[in-house]
Amino acid sequence: MNSLTRPGPAFALIAAALLLVHVPTAQAQNPMPGMGDMPGMDMNLPPVKIPAGADYTEADVRFMQGMIAHHGQAVYMTSLAKAHGASDHLLTLAQKISQSQIAEIGLMQGWLRANGQFAPDSSAWRHMMMPGMLTADQLAQLDAAHGQEFDRLFLTFMIQHHEGALKMVQDLFATPLAGQDIDVSVFANDVHTVQTAEIGMMQRMLSTL
Amino acid sequence: MLKVRTLFAAALTLACGCAGAGAPASAPAPTAGPVGPTYPSANDPRNNLKPGFYDAGTAAEGLQLVSFTPKPAIFDSTRGLTFINSDVAFRDHYVYQGNFAGFSIWDVSNPAKPVLTAAVSCITSQGDPTIVGHLLFISAESSGNRTDCAKGGVQNPADRMEGVRIYDVSNPAAPRLIKNVQTCKGSHTHTLVPDPNDPNIVYLYVSGLQGVRSDSTAYGCHDGTNPADPNNSLYRLDVIKVPLNNPEQAAVVTGARIFTGLGVAPTSEMRREAMAARSRGRGGRGGARAGGEAPLPTGPRNCHDVTAYPAMHLLAGACASYGLLVDISNPEHPVRLDAKSDTNFSLWHTAVFSNDGSKVVFTDEWGGGTGPMCQATSMMQMGGNTILTIKNGKMTEHGFFKLPSAQTAQENCVSHNGGLLPVPGRDLMVQGWYQGGIDISDFTDPDHPYEVAYFDRGPIDPPNDTTHASGRSRYTIGGSWGAYYWNGYIYSSELARGFDIYQLVPTDKLSANEIAAAKLVRMEQYNPQSQPHYTFPPAFPVIRSYLDQLGRDNGLSADRRSSIDQALTTAEGQSGSARGATLSNLAGQVDKDVNGATDKSRVRAMANEIRRLAAVSR
Repeated sequence: MNSLTRPGPAFALIAAALLLVHVPTAQAQNPMPGMGDMPGMDMNLPPVKIPAGADYTEADVRFMQGMIAHHGQAVYMTSLAKAHGASDHLLTLAQKISQSQIAEIGLMQGWLRANGQFAPDSSAWRHMMMPGMLTADQLAQLDAAHGQEFDRLFLTFMIQHHEGALKMVQDLFATPLAGQDIDVSVFANDVHTVQTAEIGMMQRMLSTL
Repeated sequence: MLKVRTLFAAALTLACGCAGAGAPASAPAPTAGPVGPTYPSANDPRNNLKPGFYDAGTAAEGLQLVSFTPKPAIFDSTRGLTFINSDVAFRDHYVYQGNFAGFSIWDVSNPAKPVLTAAVSCITSQGDPTIVGHLLFISAESSGNRTDCAKGGVQNPADRMEGVRIYDVSNPAAPRLIKNVQTCKGSHTHTLVPDPNDPNIVYLYVSGLQGVRSDSTAYGCHDGTNPADPNNSLYRLDVIKVPLNNPEQAAVVTGARIFTGLGVAPTSEMRREAMAARSRGRGGRGGARAGGEAPLPTGPRNCHDVTAYPAMHLLAGACASYGLLVDISNPEHPVRLDAKSDTNFSLWHTAVFSNDGSKVVFTDEWGGGTGPMCQATSMMQMGGNTILTIKNGKMTEHGFFKLPSAQTAQENCVSHNGGLLPVPGRDLMVQGWYQGGIDISDFTDPDHPYEVAYFDRGPIDPPNDTTHASGRSRYTIGGSWGAYYWNGYIYSSELARGFDIYQLVPTDKLSANEIAAAKLVRMEQYNPQSQPHYTFPPAFPVIRSYLDQLGRDNGLSADRRSSIDQALTTAEGQSGSARGATLSNLAGQVDKDVNGATDKSRVRAMANEIRRLAAVSR
């Protein structure tokens, strides 16, 4: 039994959460990446209250909440790989992205809870649209693909998805006074470093398909 | 527990999700691709340790805790990364321990009872220290760090401090901030490179994980995304030159452009097609990048850490998607010799050379240090140590080592910082794995690294507890940032709990003689990222280390080992020229053993050590 069919408990929980709800519909109302860049547009998110003396700003809270949704969709994408006949090479990449981002979702939720802020769950991507996230159309394309075509679309879409994460980090640090909380700062820099490297890796994989 | 790693195109032993901590490990059959290590079964003493902050359960082999000292009061809070300890540096009888909110200076004259000499408050993540004489250098990266060290964040960009702080610690009880050197990308870490000719000059190679600071034009920095642009501040490591007798004059003097030509994104048909597909996917809005815009350069532009080995004029750069080998004969003009990338690395994080410079261990900080990446289900080919050999300035990948113990979901764990444990005839590395504990591994055979000793605590947080009674939330980040051998003891900086000192205890994997030989190596000053070269004085424990190793690998017949042991015992009971004569005679006999031995090079090395001791026994 390999690890994609028998993943860890955290993965299993998230996968269950993801699979119980069927394919997203909310994006259909907001099909243009970029249009939903502000997570505040999601009416389900409660307003942010910043306690006096906090090192963080509303932009930091929105970044962490939005990145949970962003990561959630990436994890969902990776969960398709096995059943869609992805190559061994791609399965390994998908597993790496999945395990990395599940851990990071936990970190972000932990930070939000520790700071008394609302922590979205990993299915939040179904009603939040962050930069680079796949539209309903793109998800349907991915879900319809198989074998090498799945590999190609997965890489193409995941590069788009990762580039959106880089944009979120850049936007965070471009916001006055944001990105100074040490946990947010370290995490955001990690996301930028790791996802930049993964984009390069995926570009190489794509060029050798 | 190891494997020869190839690019993961060949790979598909999807590591071992198969073996849970409680289930017997089933090792994947050897294949052409990588075979991950497997975690031990339920018998591993590190399984199921009791959670706790100060009262966690412990398990150890070959290591014994000599003292544990909690953090100084000013850092004794748990709030994410705000108050965590970071790296350490050593000089005289002091240990300098960084913290994201300042630093501590410990007097370790008595390792059983470290005494806090100073605890300095200064918001300075991540606070990695380097000590040179009476100057202490501290890395500052986060955009909330201020020139005046105070809390409250940066309201005015002119108050921001990202770079290297310089303290005068001539009076270690009262450190004095004498200079903030601003750098273009801040300073996640920095590495000491002494000038090879002028003892009054040192260089600091600064690694920053960010892009170029938007406020850094004031410090002469230039943003830019073209790797070939010789003026951009992005694709370089800032190099600070420090005149030791006038540290106020320390300044960035150049940039180490060690990335040039690496990893520019492919411009193949596939890439163009991918971009076109993406544009289509954006419902007609996607012309944004279709107008002939160059692909984003995705090659490396930052290193997480670089490790200098001044005695060998080498530097190993752990630079995100690449591991680099660099010639630093001229510290102001480093020259890249080689670069390796491997998709089984998430983040090339840090490096340690073997003492002879023929090998280098690169670590992979998968999960950034905050993720629980050592679980039974975690990928085995990620987040460990990769051993490379170095020949004629080129690196070749060999084996892989990951902590052979499954940790819980509550424990942030991945391969992290360490250094060498000096033992004759062996390459041993001691390192921290965050909440995976500390671990000593043997990489003498680069294809077959293995664990020699460990110490592990249970998780800080209890399982499935979203909010601890104390108000600590889950995901408390803790464990060993780095563990280093220095003058007889192993010192470990515990992120959340404090400061640990260990001693080695003999096992079948590390003998009393090998431990005694290690104790013969003394260093006045030790900055792990500026690796010292060590040598052993002529001594019985050095000879006996080889003899023990020949017993362990059965590299020489038991009869001969026994005779040599007896001759050494005789010599130990003698003195002066009598001892010299016994040893000279023995050396001659051991020379003759070489041919019949299965481990010839070790027998030869032992003969040389016997002769070396004979030469000083007059």
